[in-house]
Amino acid sequence: MGTVILLALTGLGLAALYFLVASGLSLVFGLADVLNFAHGLFLGVGAYATWWAAGNLPGAGPDGFGFVLAVAFGVAAGTLVAVLVELVLIRPLYSRTIEQVLVTVGLSLAGVALLQATWGADARPFPRPEWTRGVTGILGAQVPNGGLLLIVAAVLVLGALLAFLQWTRYGLVIRAGVENREMVTALGIDVRKSFTLVFAIGGAAAALAGALGGVYFGTVSPGQGSSLLIFAFIVVVIGGMGSVLGSAYAAVAVGLLQQFVNYYGTSGLGDICVVGLLAVVLLLRPQGIAGKVATA
Amino acid sequence: MTEVKSPEVPAPPAAVPAELAPERGGWQRVRPFLPLVALVVAAILPYSTVQLPGVFEGPLNSPGTLQLLAVCLIFGGLAAGYDLLFGRTGMLSFGHALYFAAGVYGTDILVTKAGLPLWQAALLTVTGGTVLAALLGAVALRTVGIAFAMVTLAFAQVAAILVARDFGGLTGGEEGLPLDVSGLPDALVGVANTVNLYWLALAYLALVVLVVHRVSGSPTGRVLAGLRDDERRIGVLGLDPYRYKLVAFTLAGGLASAGGVVYCLIVGGASPHITSSELTLSLLVMVVLGGPGTRWGPVLGGILYMYLDHRLTAFGTSDAVDALPAVLSRPLSQPLFVLGTVFILAVYFFPGGLASLRSRLAPVLTALRTRR
Repeated sequence: MGTVILLALTGLGLAALYFLVASGLSLVFGLADVLNFAHGLFLGVGAYATWWAAGNLPGAGPDGFGFVLAVAFGVAAGTLVAVLVELVLIRPLYSRTIEQVLVTVGLSLAGVALLQATWGADARPFPRPEWTRGVTGILGAQVPNGGLLLIVAAVLVLGALLAFLQWTRYGLVIRAGVENREMVTALGIDVRKSFTLVFAIGGAAAALAGALGGVYFGTVSPGQGSSLLIFAFIVVVIGGMGSVLGSAYAAVAVGLLQQFVNYYGTSGLGDICVVGLLAVVLLLRPQGIAGKVATA
Repeated sequence: MTEVKSPEVPAPPAAVPAELAPERGGWQRVRPFLPLVALVVAAILPYSTVQLPGVFEGPLNSPGTLQLLAVCLIFGGLAAGYDLLFGRTGMLSFGHALYFAAGVYGTDILVTKAGLPLWQAALLTVTGGTVLAALLGAVALRTVGIAFAMVTLAFAQVAAILVARDFGGLTGGEEGLPLDVSGLPDALVGVANTVNLYWLALAYLALVVLVVHRVSGSPTGRVLAGLRDDERRIGVLGLDPYRYKLVAFTLAGGLASAGGVVYCLIVGGASPHITSSELTLSLLVMVVLGGPGTRWGPVLGGILYMYLDHRLTAFGTSDAVDALPAVLSRPLSQPLFVLGTVFILAVYFFPGGLASLRSRLAPVLTALRTRR
């Protein structure tokens, strides 16, 4: 029983990580039709900015309130990079989908290389509060605190995002834009402003994933973002483009499936099962669990 | 490949407008044979001992230079094959590395682990790669556009996981699998025989260019171009887009696995990095840099990209770069940073890639000529 609970909770931790990356990706794709390969870069920026702040920023540190400050700095850096990318690189290319994908591909190559050039290709130990190294006993399972932190953060982000989308005017515009962008534009609302907003939200969530993922794994490396990104893409497709709630369901399904099969089957089999799940979902329900049909 | 144009350069433009210049007629007559000339020049290149300081490290016929050139030629061919999907049919596949890796690992495993003779291994691998492309394409093509890109990406990811986790001890995992050369023909083994591998690579490139050229000129090729421009209209005309796309996907997959066979021989083994999605992304970069949908653009893009990728590493560790302040020298020592930046700039400022440079520069050249 303990093993099952442990696997379920670590699986949920993984799902939380996927959700943090995928929610922004899904919103950006749903609203602006941008398949953002540079999303992994936002994650890397968040992780490295947190790592840097914990060591160098006055007031920030690896423990207590200092750590909160460091994570806040990382999230701010990720948001800033995301907004800059949208304003400078993506905005001039709207309605040219392929070119946008190409630019984000180039950005992901160049950005990761830049991180690597600045801080080296090797993984660096991530500063983390002492208590995240420990474990908590839940129903007989010893669950790592880092994973619990991820789950709590993801639930908070999910709640905040849903509340934002449901009850604010900007959220209304975003939801309407995902549904039918031309109609919103025809009603005299400048959808492009919300593109920047969506990028900022996605960048912040990805940077948070980078910082907390650093806590969870204990290290930070330049390539971390791109390996997570592929599973985040899968989560987005399974969940349905543009649906935050769909991403959450899909992330839970993918995280649990991966964790259980990797434990009870051979290591690596879970990753393959996830791709199998993707193929099945696409063949049976191309629009994903929730959301619009995934077309270019 | 640019050397072939040199005989044409000294022709004086004179005062006549370019369109009416008399040598134009001669040029038009020579032009169809230029690829042939380029092929011959590339084929006799290994007999030259010319030193190109700064461009290559040794003389042209040294094994190191020939191996670099061979790898460049392979990637020229791969990019041309990928262009059959991206530039000519408009399919954005992010999983092309899978079929290339199938070629490399297929050959390697069949020769090293199963002990088959090379020709059988190559035949089986190319057949297997083509069948694999047909099967996976049949599933992936149920989706279109971005979803198709993601499904192909996911399939390629499975292959990367399979290779990295070393199921059944076949792939050698992270370390890769060196090719067992004892069963290979003598002409393909050893440093002294690099020249044969170079010719093999050249033959592969020529084959891919020929196939892509023939296909895009055929009625099927016109349907593919139609699919790229307006898929719905092809459907309205009573043709089945799915079937034509599957043909293009299978063909491109088969060509990529054939490239994998040659690459495996040149490099002498397989390493897991060729299964990564970065390889597909770099193929995309090659095609876009060269000019999607053109005959020579992707080939040039592929050759140039691989060349730069190799040479920029040497450039990045050279004294000239080390002397720069750290802010500049560190990013410059990363080939991917330079190539990624060039790629972004190319998307903005040269949407047609290298192949469009000529027509883009034409107004400038004409203006310069008339001023004289």
